[in-house]
Amino acid sequence: MNKRNLKGWLYLLPAILFLGVFMVYPLIDVFIYSFEEGYNSASQTYYGTGAYNYSYVLHDPYFLQAIKNTFLLVIITVPLSTLLALLISVALSSIKALKKLYQTIYFLPYVTNTLAVGLVFMILFKKTAYSDGLVNLVLQLFGRGPVDFIDGPYWAKMLVLCIYTIWIVMPFKVLILTSALASVNQNYYNAARVDGTSRFRIFVRITLPMISPTVFYLIITGFIGAFKAYSDAVALFGTDLNAAGMNTIVGYVYDMLYGNGGGYPSYASAAAIILFVIVLTITCINLLVSRKHVYYS
Amino acid sequence: MKIVLEHLTKQFPARGRKSRESVTAVDNFNFEIPDGQLIGLLGPSGCGKSTTLNMICGLEKPTDGRILFGEEDVTNLPPENRGVGMVFQNYALYPHLTVKQNILFPLQNLKGKDKLSKDEMDRRVQNAAQLVQITELMDRRPSELSGGQQQRVAIARALVKMPRVLLLDEPLSNLDARLRLQTREEIRKIQRATKITTVFVTHDQEEAMSISDMIVVMKSGVVQQIGKPQDVYDSPVNLFVARFLGTPPINVFEGEIRGQKLYIGENAILDAPGISDQQVFAGIRPEGFVLDKNGPLCCQLGGVEVMGRDISVVSSHAASQAPAIRSIISSESSIDLSSKTIRFAVKPNKIFLFGRETEERIYL
Repeated sequence: MNKRNLKGWLYLLPAILFLGVFMVYPLIDVFIYSFEEGYNSASQTYYGTGAYNYSYVLHDPYFLQAIKNTFLLVIITVPLSTLLALLISVALSSIKALKKLYQTIYFLPYVTNTLAVGLVFMILFKKTAYSDGLVNLVLQLFGRGPVDFIDGPYWAKMLVLCIYTIWIVMPFKVLILTSALASVNQNYYNAARVDGTSRFRIFVRITLPMISPTVFYLIITGFIGAFKAYSDAVALFGTDLNAAGMNTIVGYVYDMLYGNGGGYPSYASAAAIILFVIVLTITCINLLVSRKHVYYS
Repeated sequence: MKIVLEHLTKQFPARGRKSRESVTAVDNFNFEIPDGQLIGLLGPSGCGKSTTLNMICGLEKPTDGRILFGEEDVTNLPPENRGVGMVFQNYALYPHLTVKQNILFPLQNLKGKDKLSKDEMDRRVQNAAQLVQITELMDRRPSELSGGQQQRVAIARALVKMPRVLLLDEPLSNLDARLRLQTREEIRKIQRATKITTVFVTHDQEEAMSISDMIVVMKSGVVQQIGKPQDVYDSPVNLFVARFLGTPPINVFEGEIRGQKLYIGENAILDAPGISDQQVFAGIRPEGFVLDKNGPLCCQLGGVEVMGRDISVVSSHAASQAPAIRSIISSESSIDLSSKTIRFAVKPNKIFLFGRETEERIYL
């Protein structure tokens, strides 16, 4: 290794050290735990090795529920939030008056504490002894009976979780998309106008391809973020998510480690590895699809 | 299609706290562009030439005045209904589309009774591509093309919808010097072939002079002079136009009219019959100097620049506005470089007089 190379590694050392200790090592460790049956972190012992942990987790109804919840959340919120964010940013970039004000308003949820937002959603949706919640009040105006969104039927709870998630992730997407839209050279629009291009066609044929790298970035990070959802469910349904039937994969991992019946690092590791494989697969599919539809200048 | 500009005026509203006055970008522009001509709008940056072009195109709305294409008033028509083709300074080719898709784009916008069949579209795209000689580049992306090729694609895209008027905004400014020469010939040829009334904007006087049927010289939003390039060069109406046209630029001296003669320094250079005594600027074109041992204009010799066919003599004179006077002399003449001074006679048709205050031309 020559001197210059050595110098390079020296500069990289702090980052490598931190990444190694806090990312690479735990990753490998989790992978190993997931194959060790009944690992006990206090005594550092285990009974044997094999795929039993995976078999257990995949047969655990709570885990299957968590998988179902997580997938539903991903499939509903990622496309919807991206689409809504796109609509809002296009609207924002086409208005002149009060633009700054609207931008601020749309960005506010991003800087609002998750639990504070959870509280607001409680007021909106929770049925208490005194009130059925704001949404139910509105529903009653249309003659629909009160629905218990927090402790009631599954679809109602999922609906609230999805609305909540979309509301939380949208501001960031709006922010990023607004700046992407602003960076499209005005000359392209002028050229399109002179050629008599309809507004819809300008959007589909010019604007979208121009901002496609940004949209793609938001979709990828959106998928990953939604798969890792946990705190949003806790904010709405409390810590006992299994009982509420609203657990997510990350929630399941957490419960296995520290939850009520906790202390099962082997099961937690197996579940974490399964999540890792899912996210990896989805991201790879995304990358493959993007090759055709994303234009990089 | 002739284009008539009547009292065309564009004011931009004041912006911000600093400037409360609105800016007049174009002031009372009157001009009738004859059918099928190539017109160069010429002026320094900020003179309003691009704004004028954008108003003809429809991207900017005039504050006052009218624009007519033929007999039709298009002042309030949006750009897509005017039948104009525009080539933008940076070409504005859609980077994610191939050359063919770029040229096809305007045709795909046509709706209703104007809608073309696929074969007709292909035929038109082929024709436009042939005209600008890019048929072998059809499947490339703009980023894979040279500047000159991109320029041609942009022209093809503007021509494919068969516009009534072709507009070019600084069409050559993004090209290197050699390509510029070649492309301007190309533009001239295409314009001749299509006979579309064409207006182009440039700050390069050489570019405008070389290919335009007529040039319009503008300054601070006001038209200074309109005419055939040679006429404007041979008879500028004021000092600005005289200075703006010609390379090397005109040499300007501070002079004086005394007793119906023009004096530069001590010597009478020229007869100026019928002109009252006053302070003037005298502009002499570089080719207006003639080597003459007994000539009236005596300058300090600085050096000689060889330019092949001609030589450029660099000298100085106390009355000259610029530190260096450049005169173009045939390379066959011999110059004694050891001599400190050099004497010139002046061709009377290459010297122009301007009022010292007004800078307007004083005709002899």
